[in-house]
Amino acid sequence: MKCRKCGAKAAINMRQHKLALCKEHYLEWVPEQTERFIQKYGMFSTDDRILVAVSGGKDSLSVWDILNKLGYQADGLYIGLGINGSNKYSDNSRQMCAKFAQEQELVLRIVEVQEQYGETIPEMASRTRRGKGKPCSVCGLTKRHIMNRVGRDEGYDVLVTGHNLDDEAAVLFGNTLNWLGGYLVRQGPVLEATHPGLIRKVKPLFRFYEREMAAYALLRGIEYIYDECPHAVGAKSIYYKELLNRLEADRPGAKLTYYLSFLRAKEAGLFARQIDENQQTLNTCTICGQPTSAPGECAFCRMVMP
Amino acid sequence: MDVKIVLRDQEFKVKAGMTIRAALKVIDVPAEAVIATRDGELLTDDEILKVGDMIKLIAVISGG
Repeated sequence: MKCRKCGAKAAINMRQHKLALCKEHYLEWVPEQTERFIQKYGMFSTDDRILVAVSGGKDSLSVWDILNKLGYQADGLYIGLGINGSNKYSDNSRQMCAKFAQEQELVLRIVEVQEQYGETIPEMASRTRRGKGKPCSVCGLTKRHIMNRVGRDEGYDVLVTGHNLDDEAAVLFGNTLNWLGGYLVRQGPVLEATHPGLIRKVKPLFRFYEREMAAYALLRGIEYIYDECPHAVGAKSIYYKELLNRLEADRPGAKLTYYLSFLRAKEAGLFARQIDENQQTLNTCTICGQPTSAPGECAFCRMVMP
Repeated sequence: MDVKIVLRDQEFKVKAGMTIRAALKVIDVPAEAVIATRDGELLTDDEILKVGDMIKLIAVISGG
């Protein structure tokens, strides 16, 4: 297969776009497309201070790399979860982020959960009811809290995450399987700060397939953590991604159409904001000042304060 | 059976002469979930496998 732009041997074929590109042109195409999406969805400008949540994985390091290449002011935030089983997941992911930041001469902020809150994520999960069975809920809550806190306290205008189209389509699939109206209303590539204590969140990679982001990281020579978080084994999101990929294999573009059609339907008013009850009743946590659905302390503060 | 395909700790053997897309079907690995590489070079799925090839598949799905 040949590159559509220069005729050289293609490194990747994107069946949904009927587009094959060589290494050189692919490494140009991804940042160009990202810039197009940033503009199209009004994500941020070069005047904004951006905080990129980095995990050491292919998506977050790639989005940081792309934003830097495009001339945006983007610092990184790594959250140390203390998940260190046999594959030393957290130690290795921190190392990948630190190495990338050093090589690219970028600022990396590091928050270690254990240092700040006295427990690692697995410890917190085994102590609390929320973490019973799987620590993913504890982990998600903690990461959202810290990302928001650092973003807000350090004066960033926007928080960037590395969510790709497969991530978004899998979440959408879960939300529609269960008809979670409140979640459907809130899902999208730009999450506005609907409360003074919230930072705006955006996902510049939301139109790229997961496979495309892995290809970008590999071709760009970005070293990323290949091992999966040990707690992600058997995760529903992975199962949904596999199902959607089966659909994609028979109908190239099915994942992209599924998600973009959802965004269009949302814009056309198919999902009414009134059904999202939490939206109406956001309170301020009496301890940390972050938004919370119930009056008093937020779920995170309740979890970390024994 | 003269092409070796490796995916994480799994190893497969397929016949030379088939495309990567066909080989992935034979070993039952969804094409969307991997990137095929040979000596670090990314390959498109129409690449025809040659005798002695060692294909490393990079898993791309992550989540949790």
